Amino acid sequence: MRVNFTVNGRPQEADDVWEGESLLYVLRERLGLPGSKNACEQGECGSCTVRLDGVPVCSCLVAAGQVEGREVVTVEGLADFAKQRAEHGGCASGACGTSLQDAQQWAAKGQDSQTGEGTELSPIQQAFIDAGAVQCGFCTPGLLVAADEMLENNPNPTDADIREALSGNLCRCTGYEKIMDAVRLAAARQGEAV
Amino acid sequence: MPTNGAPTKITQGSQTKGGIGESTLRPDGTLKVTGEFAYSSDMWHEDMLWGQILRSTVAHAEIVSIDTSEALAMAGVYAVMTYDDLPTEVKNYGLEIQDTPVLAHGKVRHHGEPVAIVAADHPETARRAAAKIKVDYRELPVITDEASATAPDAILVHEGRDDHHIGHVPHPNIVHRQPILRGDAAAAAERADFVVKGEYTFGMQDQAFLGPESGLAVPDEDGGVHLYIATQWLHSDLKQIAPVLGLPESKVRMTLSGVGGAFGGREDLSMQIHACLLAMRTGKPVKIVYNRFESFFGHVHRHPAKLYYEHGATKDGKLTHVKCRIVLDGGAYASASPAVVGNASSLAIGPYVVDDVDIEAIALYTNNPPCGAMRGFGAVQACFAYEAQMDKLADAVGLDRVAFRQLNAMEQGTIMPTGQPVDSPAPVAELLRRVKAMPMPPERQWESSEGADVRQLPGGLSNTTHGEGVVRGVGYAVGIKNVGFSEGFDDYSTAKVRMEVIGGEPVATVHTAMAEVGQGGVTVHAQIARTELGVTQVTINPADTQVGSAGSTSASRQTYVTGGAVKNSCELVREKVLEIGRRKYGSYHPAWATAELLLEGGKVVTDGGEVLADLADVLEGETVEVEAEWRHRPTEAFDLRTGQGFGHVQYSFAAHRAVVEVDTELGLVKVIELACAQDVGKALNPLSVIGQIQGGTTQGLGVAVMEEIIVDPKTAKVRNPSFTDYLIPTILDTPTIPVDVLELADDHAPYGLRGIGEAPTLSSTPAVLAAIRNATGLELNRTPVRPEHLTGTA
Amino acid sequence: MDFLRPASWEEALAAKAEHPTAVPIAGGTDVMVEINFDHRRPEYLLDLNRIGDLTEWEVGEDSVRLGASVPYTRIMEHLRAELPGLALASHTVASPQIRNRGGVGGNLGTASPAGDAHPALLAAGAEVEVESAERGTRLIPIDEFYTGVKRNALAADELIRAVHIKKADGPQQYSKVGTRNAMVIAVCAFGLALHPETRTVRTGIGSAAPTPVRAKAAEEFLNAALEEGGFWDNGKIITPSVAKQFAELCSGACNPIDDVRGTASYRRHAVGVMARRTLTWTWESYRGTAARTEGVA
Repeated sequence: MRVNFTVNGRPQEADDVWEGESLLYVLRERLGLPGSKNACEQGECGSCTVRLDGVPVCSCLVAAGQVEGREVVTVEGLADFAKQRAEHGGCASGACGTSLQDAQQWAAKGQDSQTGEGTELSPIQQAFIDAGAVQCGFCTPGLLVAADEMLENNPNPTDADIREALSGNLCRCTGYEKIMDAVRLAAARQGEAV
Repeated sequence: MPTNGAPTKITQGSQTKGGIGESTLRPDGTLKVTGEFAYSSDMWHEDMLWGQILRSTVAHAEIVSIDTSEALAMAGVYAVMTYDDLPTEVKNYGLEIQDTPVLAHGKVRHHGEPVAIVAADHPETARRAAAKIKVDYRELPVITDEASATAPDAILVHEGRDDHHIGHVPHPNIVHRQPILRGDAAAAAERADFVVKGEYTFGMQDQAFLGPESGLAVPDEDGGVHLYIATQWLHSDLKQIAPVLGLPESKVRMTLSGVGGAFGGREDLSMQIHACLLAMRTGKPVKIVYNRFESFFGHVHRHPAKLYYEHGATKDGKLTHVKCRIVLDGGAYASASPAVVGNASSLAIGPYVVDDVDIEAIALYTNNPPCGAMRGFGAVQACFAYEAQMDKLADAVGLDRVAFRQLNAMEQGTIMPTGQPVDSPAPVAELLRRVKAMPMPPERQWESSEGADVRQLPGGLSNTTHGEGVVRGVGYAVGIKNVGFSEGFDDYSTAKVRMEVIGGEPVATVHTAMAEVGQGGVTVHAQIARTELGVTQVTINPADTQVGSAGSTSASRQTYVTGGAVKNSCELVREKVLEIGRRKYGSYHPAWATAELLLEGGKVVTDGGEVLADLADVLEGETVEVEAEWRHRPTEAFDLRTGQGFGHVQYSFAAHRAVVEVDTELGLVKVIELACAQDVGKALNPLSVIGQIQGGTTQGLGVAVMEEIIVDPKTAKVRNPSFTDYLIPTILDTPTIPVDVLELADDHAPYGLRGIGEAPTLSSTPAVLAAIRNATGLELNRTPVRPEHLTGTA
Repeated sequence: MDFLRPASWEEALAAKAEHPTAVPIAGGTDVMVEINFDHRRPEYLLDLNRIGDLTEWEVGEDSVRLGASVPYTRIMEHLRAELPGLALASHTVASPQIRNRGGVGGNLGTASPAGDAHPALLAAGAEVEVESAERGTRLIPIDEFYTGVKRNALAADELIRAVHIKKADGPQQYSKVGTRNAMVIAVCAFGLALHPETRTVRTGIGSAAPTPVRAKAAEEFLNAALEEGGFWDNGKIITPSVAKQFAELCSGACNPIDDVRGTASYRRHAVGVMARRTLTWTWESYRGTAARTEGVA
């Protein structure tokens, strides 16, 4: 079947989708957006968290056909999404997102540079780097989407609030302490900026 | 700048920004937070196929027949392969013992063993095809424990063993046995005023890295294959893969893809050979991605263990002797079992002074899931048991539990049970003192003006208590872990370092085959290069097999060994750069010939700080490159009868204090705080060091209260291969983890550093158990401890 | 596999009538797991996401008509006063991401004994509104809804449209035991609702029997004990022996199994503890409310 929906502000069309495919599979394997991760595919780890019409969901548990006509934001579009939110109080459609062409470059090539310098990041992304919240990084995309949404709704979270909001995202490397630091840091910077 | 008067002597690297000792940020951080970092499961290739593995549904059986015809006939299916399709005479692989069939041959030995592989144009087609392969099994009795493995009439898990351990094991279903005998434990026992005995059980833990096994094999035009893979050791994989494919190693090219965590679980091969076989058979790129269910069958687990201990002490609290027997279940294939036995036996008594010991450790072959490397292996299981014993014995003697440990703590100069002297700092008593001195978390933090905050209580969001039945407990533990590969293994690494001028700037490039699995090796390599070469810009090349082996990202060894190799190659590059400098500019300034020269801040300077030249000028038109191997000082094998030998290159120590709150009626546990003190020798990157300690601590917490692969003892089948029923700690299960880092240099190691990744995983578990015992008064001789164990309803 | 995307409830009923094997999918939090793990390959997936009124609710005089797909997050945020037991239960469901997608209709459709909503529905009192194209709407009392392990009273051509849940007329509580402090499937769960208007107590037990069940003997015992002692009027503390016997009867209502999540013996024990605690919490709350009302009067 064919599925049309919007990803990171850009209209997307996926063809020949098997009816049992998840949104996660379509993003990763058909649209060249592998940022959302496939760690458990049973809604028990949060690594595939995306915003579906603004709401954080496990994309592994959304059937591809269910996203017809809907809006998805993935980690690839998070920086633009946050920027638009800061500027306009929400992600206006059209301008945000990774270009499809760029995203589909994911062929088997070695990375010749690991720095990714010059990339514009959202506050939560920057805070994860600065606080040392990234180790293997596999849980990071899902955590970023979840944490960004929490800070959108609760700019001054208590530690217990942060833990509750991120309790659907497993991390196996960090013991979560640096993730707590990162979210506190992003909240503090957000507070300063206002 | 040069000054008149007495020059200030500086040392190499002390003036360069971003060098060792600073918390520089990960070079891959930006890619990882934007979703652009390419993990092995993100690989994609035009025209690629999907591989699928058919695994055995039973644990132990003869394969009567396999019928692949229906699967082969399906549209979209490009290949179906079984044992009969393997291309060469080499059909097994293995880390040390090549006992693991690429595809089952006539027999399956554990639940989930690969039997056949399929390549198709869509993962669903591949799954449907695999489901159509008919395998007829004739089931055999299962061997699941020591009694069934060593019974006189036991079926041999492996017939006709010819590995190098078979000569010294008492039964062919024992992979390896290592006794360690020192002094006279029987005589010493006579002197003991107090003797405590205990039997302990350690459950099967899973690494549960978040990125499941995956990779992409691309056939090359020369008949070879290029594998993009997440692994811990590229060259070890290569050595095992190439012979099975019938290719020289030069035709199997391997590039490290992004690795979604490892923790030992990627030390063995998983889908590597299968993907290559399918790619070579079909002539198309083949991608294989395990789902979580398959991942539980796709890698080895932490050895479950039974541990039998006897400790004695005099009435003034000095340990007299330790007798122990550690039985590790290695499952169906050897994997790292021999090394696990070596660590368990040699570290069996912990970081204490005991002159008279009688230790034995064995690993079994059974039909349970294969077990092998996981963070701290061997030492983790032993630490759980000896620390429980130390608490019991302290209580028997009537001493404070921490004071009792300090009284018996080893220090530099202590002789290990293996006869090896500990020849670098061993601040065991000090770590205990520090962890005990940390402020205690306040009581009843869950109380708020609006009532109890369930998120801070046992049971959490499930709303099981508002304070009823909740009792606090505190526990302490300390552990000892060896660093690096031991027992005479030639443990080396290779680093290629290049220096050149790019865009007017001196740039260093570091190329190793080190697997970055999240630990931050790439961060540290750049720091080392800055320190040694005085540059700001460092490029870390992707790890691949175009450079020599780096050894495994295991055993807390990579910063030590590959870090050491990078340092060494940088030093060689530095010498060459200075030679060029002398050639070009030596005649302009006498210091070129007479002073000790350093590379600092992009310049050649004297140790007095006088600038002699810009590096950019020295390197203009030149490229300096060195690839060199570096090895730590040699170790030796343990004597097979007595266990004596200089077996380990370095030791690592950590201590924990756990504060828990237990709902004693429901048996639910909330860990409130897990404080850790660890000696790291030298913190090359303090932020990463703390991250490693907190992560390791949390894995220890997991196996204390929730993590266990449950294997049915009747069928040897895994009952909980999913994240629904194999639980790892969430952020609500994880406490604050304050860390106190001690830096006592080990003079044998680069920069005095100590491997750090594993030690915190050891003492975390027994500290939590001790705290739960303290809260409940229960004996608790197994881990993980589950609610039924705390409520008498097991 | 075919993916059916009805745009309206009528179309959905027609599709279900035409394809009785079609598996309805709303939040996807059960169905997609089974598909991803190759446990299920339905001939048809019937997507209910486009039917807007399934995610709406109406608060009526006596009950709340809760659309089958109202996400748990919304129940937690908007229906805490009307449906406190269900709101508490909703908060224990899996993770925030799952609570944003899953709804009570899915719990009922799957009818797993471990479904988190069941004990709260049993304790509050509810009717399940189901409909077929051919026979129209019927209301199934919650006590008759669960018919076996993962089986319910739904006919093959029926879909769950809504649940009518009695509005709370007294305090309600919900507890669930899992071996993790978040994101965990129930080892067992317990819901309790005080109904001061009818002077009754209702219970619900999850994951401790082949189906979700009420502890009817315990309810009868407690109803009688409360009546006898005049507790509803005098607002006294429930005597420990009454609470103890209530807890024991709740344990006795269990018919659990040993599995990887826990032993049968633990489940019985834990249900008893949760019964005693939730009774204490609700009763304390009731007494507090009663005391305040008296104070005002």
